[in-house]
Amino acid sequence: MREISYRQALNEALNEELVRDQTVFIAGEDVAIYGGAYGVTADLWKKYGDERVKDTPISESAIVGVGLGAALTGMRPVVEIMYIDFIPLALEQINNQAAKIRYMFGGKCTVPLTIRTEGGAGRTLGAHHSQSLESWLIHIPGLKVVMPATPYDAKGLLKSSIRDNNPVVFIEHKMLYNSKGPVPEEEYLIPIGQADIKRQGRDVTVITYSRMVLFSLQAAATLEKEGVSVEVVDLRTLLPMDIDTIVASVRKTHRVLIVEEDCKTGGTGAEIGMLIMEHAFDELDAPVKRLAGADVPMPKSPVLEKLAIPDPERICQAIREVLQ
Amino acid sequence: MAVDKQLALKLLKQMMEIRQFEDKIMELLARNIAEGGSHLYAGMEAVAVGAISVLRPDDYITSTHRGHGHAIAKDGDLKALMAEILGKKTGVCKGKGGSLHLADVSKGNLGANGVVGGSIGMATGAALSVKMRKTNQVVVCFFGDGATNQGIFYESLNIAALWKLPVVYVCENNFYGMSVSVKRASAVEDLSRKALAFDMPAETVNGMDVLAVREAVGRRVEEARNQFQPSLVVANTYRYYGHSRSDPRVYRTREEEKFWKERDPIPNFASRMIEQGVLIEQEVTELEEQVRQSIEEATRYAIDSPWPEPEELYTDLYA
Ligand SMILES: Cc1ncc(C[n+]2csc(CCOP(=O)(O)OP(=O)(O)O)c2C)c(N)n1
Ligand SMILES: [Mg+2]
Repeated sequence: MREISYRQALNEALNEELVRDQTVFIAGEDVAIYGGAYGVTADLWKKYGDERVKDTPISESAIVGVGLGAALTGMRPVVEIMYIDFIPLALEQINNQAAKIRYMFGGKCTVPLTIRTEGGAGRTLGAHHSQSLESWLIHIPGLKVVMPATPYDAKGLLKSSIRDNNPVVFIEHKMLYNSKGPVPEEEYLIPIGQADIKRQGRDVTVITYSRMVLFSLQAAATLEKEGVSVEVVDLRTLLPMDIDTIVASVRKTHRVLIVEEDCKTGGTGAEIGMLIMEHAFDELDAPVKRLAGADVPMPKSPVLEKLAIPDPERICQAIREVLQ
Repeated sequence: MAVDKQLALKLLKQMMEIRQFEDKIMELLARNIAEGGSHLYAGMEAVAVGAISVLRPDDYITSTHRGHGHAIAKDGDLKALMAEILGKKTGVCKGKGGSLHLADVSKGNLGANGVVGGSIGMATGAALSVKMRKTNQVVVCFFGDGATNQGIFYESLNIAALWKLPVVYVCENNFYGMSVSVKRASAVEDLSRKALAFDMPAETVNGMDVLAVREAVGRRVEEARNQFQPSLVVANTYRYYGHSRSDPRVYRTREEEKFWKERDPIPNFASRMIEQGVLIEQEVTELEEQVRQSIEEATRYAIDSPWPEPEELYTDLYA
């Protein structure tokens, strides 16, 4: 199978949905002429023009608000918030309006809105361009939250997100755009809400998502040489969370490490851990362990940034602790 | 406006420092000595230098994602600024902030900001504090043309006008927010008109002319200081480099870049001062050399400085 980058996989998904459905359009800062801060919308403006690929002013709140209004009335917008760090500027529109409106109106409307954004550390951009705020978003009923780790998942999930009749926040990772992986030429979709076992194992389950999937796979490969068999569960969607896949893996290995890049306190891992307590406590041979980002704003300094998020070495260490 | 030798040298020196500092950062980025990104102020020097030159040392500024120029003009220490951009322990923020968060509160610089429009509210609040504490200080709030499309811009100008706060909003109009031109992003191209809604005085000034900026902002700062009159000054200027290192600048023409570079604030000011007999050629070349040495020194200092210790990850979070 051909290999393409995460960036190109996303670009193909957007292009295909623009072709398929005339109600799809793209709007966001620098998405048109520039092709997106990370190049995801490259060349789409040349093909579709201002009508369907719109540069917006720097107005995050209105970008989501306008997307919501268009979604409510017959369009299927894909809006971009350049960094997840700027999602807070639009959080009122996401949380109070987009996520709740269908329920508040007794199910009498739909919001087919996709909000693409990217997050994560790794480029030493400091506290306003490196955050992982997904746990804020999974606290919002009515929203779906998707975080793909591979080009294959990115493409299939973005297409599903665009076709979904609910507001979806689609969170990319800035350190994954250049990563490559197999993506078929022919069309496919990946359903929202399904985790994927990225590596089968017997001794311990690592539950993770986004860039940390890659780090966890590296750790698993290292530990294999020590005779440890690690299963890596890639959640892919954080809301709704695929509890069945999580429980099945816990039944198999009886030990769990959660690896997440976001701050530990009140983070996504807390939710995963508690779901395991509720659904699979009796299966556990050891306490569930979390390896997460430090509870601090992301420091600029490259040496501190590396310490602030998990890395393959510390994942190995944490797995060894779970096995003890 | 009459300019004496001392003032001319000061303005010229600061503009040269900013230009050479930014050229050096570009070089360090290309050599991967500086990591991450940096938004460079080259081309826009006259705005920060002209506006800040009318302030008292205890006056406040708020800065932007393009903040090196403001930090230098507000009496920033070149070594500590350079070290901060590299993420070193000796940086002005101990290497925790970086280019996007350069700040020196002890000098009245309330900081650069990674969020476009992110400091407009706090500038307004600092002006409220000044008024409540009766200290007679003034706040100059810098932001770009792109930031005038953020809600907080309108919310803040309304509060400042309503409460009569001593703040001068200085919009650095370089005609683009990243790749999007003012034409494509703003329903009004004359950005000074955005103050009309609040009955706030506003004017547009040539941001490539340090004395023009100094004159306009100087007047507005006095109104703010003496009459609690907030205002908006739009300085038309140009950013020479791309928005970031990888920016191919497809959204603007090389002719347009040439047009603005012919209006370069530094040589134009220098030759004007020479023409008027305020400075002689030799003073200008000597100054340039002196600045070159201080930038080299700052660079060496920053590169040779140690990284922060691992324990620093958890310090400074709470007071
Ligand atoms: C809230 C927010 N949205 C988007 C960005 C990404 N971004 C950084 S600088 C920039 C352009 C800002 O334009 P302008 O205000 O005109 O300042 P300039 O860069 O031209 O100095 C953008 C879109 C950001 N940092 N913050
Ligand atoms: Mg601008």
